This record gives sequence, structure tokens and C-alpha cells, in this order.
Amino acid sequence: MSAEPIRPLPYAERFAAVAAGLPGRSLPWLAELRAESIARVTALGLPTPRLERWKYTNLNPLLATDFVPAPGGGQSLGSAAPSGLLPAERTAHRLVFVNGALRRDLSRIGALPAGVALVGFAEALTDDPEGLASLLTPTAGTEDDALVALNTAFMADGCVLRLGRGVALDEPIELLFIGAPNGAAVAFHPRNLIVADPGSRATVVETHVGMGSGVYWSHPVCGVTIGDGAVLTHLKLLDDGPRAFHIARTDVRVAARGRYDSFVLTTGGAVSRDEIAVALDGEDAECRLTGGYLARGRQHVDNTTEIVHAKPRTVSREVYKGVLDDRARGVFQGRIVVAEDAQKSDGHQLNKTLLLSDHAEIDSKPQLEIYADDVKCSHGATAGELEEDALFYLRSRGIAESAARRLLIEAFLGDVIETVADAGAQAALARRVGAWLGGPDGGRAP
Amino acid sequence: MNGGTNGMLEIRNLHVAVDGKPILNGIDLTVGAGEVHAIMGPNGSGKSTLAYVLAGRPGYEVTAGSVLYDGRDLLAMSPEERARNGVFLAFQYPVEIPGVGTTSFLKSAVNAVRRHRGLPEFDAMEFLKLVREKRGLLKIEDEMLRRSLNVGFSGGEKKRNEILQMALLEPRLAVLDETDSGLDIDALRIVADGINALRGPERAMLLITHYQRLLDYVQPDRVHVLAGGRISRSGGKDLALQLEKDGYAEVAA
Repeated sequence: MSAEPIRPLPYAERFAAVAAGLPGRSLPWLAELRAESIARVTALGLPTPRLERWKYTNLNPLLATDFVPAPGGGQSLGSAAPSGLLPAERTAHRLVFVNGALRRDLSRIGALPAGVALVGFAEALTDDPEGLASLLTPTAGTEDDALVALNTAFMADGCVLRLGRGVALDEPIELLFIGAPNGAAVAFHPRNLIVADPGSRATVVETHVGMGSGVYWSHPVCGVTIGDGAVLTHLKLLDDGPRAFHIARTDVRVAARGRYDSFVLTTGGAVSRDEIAVALDGEDAECRLTGGYLARGRQHVDNTTEIVHAKPRTVSREVYKGVLDDRARGVFQGRIVVAEDAQKSDGHQLNKTLLLSDHAEIDSKPQLEIYADDVKCSHGATAGELEEDALFYLRSRGIAESAARRLLIEAFLGDVIETVADAGAQAALARRVGAWLGGPDGGRAP
Repeated sequence: MNGGTNGMLEIRNLHVAVDGKPILNGIDLTVGAGEVHAIMGPNGSGKSTLAYVLAGRPGYEVTAGSVLYDGRDLLAMSPEERARNGVFLAFQYPVEIPGVGTTSFLKSAVNAVRRHRGLPEFDAMEFLKLVREKRGLLKIEDEMLRRSLNVGFSGGEKKRNEILQMALLEPRLAVLDETDSGLDIDALRIVADGINALRGPERAMLLITHYQRLLDYVQPDRVHVLAGGRISRSGGKDLALQLEKDGYAEVAA
């Protein structure tokens, strides 16, 4: 990193013009945090492929677009407003964000059990700034992350969810992020914070969609803190517009016996990167990171994960499966670190990709760093075409080639989709996969 | 249009190569409706190649000759067209397909064939009723139908599943590729009963087998010996017994 040439991000220069309009401007600590952060962005520049973590995803296209920070406030979405992942009858609690700004008029928060607080980030800055301050301490390891710093400088809204001790939320909380560029190429930087106190339990369903085909840059950063024995299930559908950039980072800390279950399905966006970093920071803490990705055309989809087993008997399970067609490019980076005193830890990672075209490409990079001696840790990665024998077997029974391909692709992704415990969400994700396969190219190789 | 009762399947001078290597070197064979023919031969004689070429598996290059099915050029048809027009191959090694449920696969196959025949598709209930009727004596339990296609099936279960597919799809020409291999005597009997139940005046069958024992249960009308990619001898069912007694080297030479 030392002799790295800096790639300045012109967008950062827009900070001065918008700083006065950002929420919490009367809070000196926040103004200072934002100023420090933008200074860091300027000093670090945009990550380049020379950085190991960014080797396979080049952010140059971001430099080529003149992004403007999305204005807050309420533009009309018209009747074509997209819906979220969950069926209407399951949306007891839904926060809708348009270009990153919470829209109370489109949102609904049903009756929440005592001990649960669900508010917008900007609202929290007004109502409980000190409570929020403690949650904004940068996660270890992200101090030199220019993109996290950029988010901190510009963050204007998002979701703040606090689950009190022992509280279990039956209905999922849905967060719907709509990118609706209105002529200009907007950028927005949601900051989502989830705190699950000991013994609590909840499901958060995050859907990212785009309206129209304009360019926008969705850049959410999410911080998750899971207390002793708490369980958070976090489902995400990244279905952004065809020219959208989606660069997301989620930092998770799991205390003893706590559990973080993540599921991410990426179908949209021109360039997307979903980065998840989990610290299993208490004995018997667990995480399950599951993902699917479907890309065609010239889409670029990057899933980068890091799991740190910091304490004994921590468990991680990670499975990412994807389907790439045309000239799509996929990236999977999975780093697993087992610290010296994390004895008896157990980690398993698997990445499988179906390549439907000779021009599709996957870069799959497992990275295991094990400093303890009594651990179980394994990884596997495969990439290949649809199996000809299976295809022929199905066709020999009268099933058309296109239908046979579709059956095999759905079967390939089936075991990741089936990990989603919420039946409504699972069915909706399966439908999304089906719709993708029925798209203009029908999921077929050329 | 119609090749006549004696010519549902007419194979003429069929030459086939795989990766440039000749495997079949001039097969001539006519199978009429209602007939059961056995193709016997030693390992490597080209039996499975013949089965795959008839079903349309990619990778087999027909270098000469023709195959007519009901007077139509079979080789010009895609595998799915052949299946929809009544050609069925019972695989020697049925393919395991994780994640594709056996029932939904069977339903897709049956409905693809029904669509082609201009019949309404079966819904889930109608299809279940059909399966319960067709599985007859095949000893296929509901539990097996709930599993992924052929995944975790024993050798016998796979072969029974093939016969169930044949019963559901009601082909006019069934090619059974070593359906007897790897079966114990009880399983062999179940499979043979399944095959016999499907014999009929409108249906032709080609039994490809290495051993004569299947023919104890399914009596063929004709027996052909395949050797070196050609039919070296043809005869009645007694030819199979002679092969069993004297061996391929003696009889097929």
C-alpha cells in the first residue's frame, strides 16, 4: 500500500457544498467525525485493484460518472413504486427509502413489542444523538477503508434498530431501498445500525431496487452488534437498476452464543459489491453467510466476506453459489481467520459457479489464515458448465432444452434458496430467480 | 409416413464414430410394431452406442447410413422431439440430478409429451393419481418420489424408476440399455414384470443386454448378436441360450 498512487474521487469535493445540509449539523462531534472522514477519503483515494481486497473489482467506472449527493425530501414515485421482497400481508414493519432518504409517507411501522426501537437514522440523530454516537465508532479494520469513510462523511439517513434484552420479534422488519435517479446520477450513503441485545431475536429483510434505468450509486454501510445468545437473520435482495452501482459493507460483531445468519441474492446492478465482515467475538458464537448471484450481459458482481474466529468454539458456515451468463463477471473472496486462542473453532466455506457462456468469468479466492492448532476449517470452490449428461437425461424424457437448462439452474441454486427459513421470503426469492431465468436471454447460453 | 408394421424402426448401414473413432460399422436392423428384439454382445461391441444414437445423445457422429422411425428421419430430430414422438431410452446409468425432485421431473416429462400430443396437461392431483396407477408392481414408494432424481437411489431403485418413466411416457419404441445389469434376482423379476406389462401390439422394444438371464423373463421375438460394431448373427430366442452356453467368441465369430 505504501507506494500506491492515490486515485482521488472528485465526488468527495462535493462534501463542502452539502455538509451544511446534512443531518446532525449542530452536533460538534459529528461535524468533526465527518470532517475527519472526508479528509481520510482525500488521503486514501478510491481503492485500486492494487489493493488485495480490490484486486478483482475495478472502481474506475465510478470515477467516470459525475455523481451528485442525492437530495433528501419527497419526490413522487407515481404508481409504479416497486414493492419489497415480502408479500403485502407480511409487511407489518416496513421502512422505505428513496435515494437513501427515509420516506415516512411510504413506510409503516406496526405495533412493536416493548424494548424494540425502530427509527430512521436522521430521526435518531435528532432524538438520541448520544446513543447513536456510541454506535458510530468505526469497526476495527475499517479505519483505512476510504469507502466506509466516504459513507461516514455523507451519511444522511438509514435505519436504526435496537432490540432490547430477550425480545423476540415475530414479524420481519423490511427495509426497502429504492434508487430513483431523476435525471442526475445520484449517490446515496445509507447508514444502517442494528443492535440486538442479549437473547433477542429478529429478522431484517433488505431489498434494493431501482426505478427506471438511470445511473445511481447506492452505497450503504451497516453495523450489526449481536449480544450474548441473540440471533439476527439478515436477508438481502440486491436487485438494483441495470446501470446502478451498489457498493455495500456490513460489519458484524457477534458475542458469545450469538448468531448472525446472512443471505444475499444479487440479481441487479451494473457493478455490485457486497462486503460482509463478521467478528465471532465470543465463545460459541456462530455465523452463516449464504449467497446467490445471477448475472448476465456485462454485469459485475462481487461478494467479499471476512470471518474472524476470535474466540474458542466459534462456528462459521459459508455457501455462495452463482450463475453467470454472457460476459458477466463474478468475484468471490472469502477470508477466514482463526485467531490463536479460538481453539475448537469450526469453519467451512464453499463457492460454486455455473458458467453459461464461454465469456463469463469467476474469480474465486478463498483465504484461510489459521493461527490455532485445534480447529476444523475447510473450503472448496468449483466453476463449470451445466452437466451435459444431466441435460441429455432430461431432454430424453421430452423436456425442451431451454426448460431442462432452467430446471438444472434452479436446482443448482435451490440449496442456497432453501436455507431461507422465512417461507414467504424464500418463495419470493425463488420467484426472483425464476423471473431472471425467464428474462430476455432465458438463462441460456448463446 | 408409415413404414408398415414391419418397419417402425429401420436402421440401414449405420456407421457411428465417437471422437473420430468408429464404433458402429454398418448396422442393419428392422423392428416392427409389437416386436421385442434383443441385442446381445460382448463389452465394447457398440451396444450402448447404438442405444444412445437412437435417443440422440450429443457427441455421436453418424458417418454413414440412416435410421427411419415410422418412416421419418430419426437422426434429424432433437432428443426431446424423439421422446415426444414416442422414443424412450431406459438408461444403463440413470443420471443423478440433485435438486430436481423426482415427482416434479416426472410431471414435467409427462406434460411435455402430453402437450406435444395435444392433450391437456395434468395438474398435481391428476398426476399423482397417474403415478399411483402406473407404478403398479414396481415397488416405488412415495418416499422415493420425494427425493431428488436418482440421488441416493440404489441400483435397483434407479432401474425401477426408469421403468416407471417408461410406463408414464407410454413410448412406441422403447430401448432398454442393460436394464438388467446390477440387479439381484428379485429386482430383476420386478423390472422384467414391469417390461412385460408394457408389451403390446403398438409398441416395439429393443432389449440391450450382455447376459441372457433377462431373456428368461422377457421373451424376445428376435435375438441379434453385435460384435465389432456390426450385427454378426440373428436368430430366434434360442440364439440367446446358445450364446450363454457357448460364449460370444464361439457364436458370434
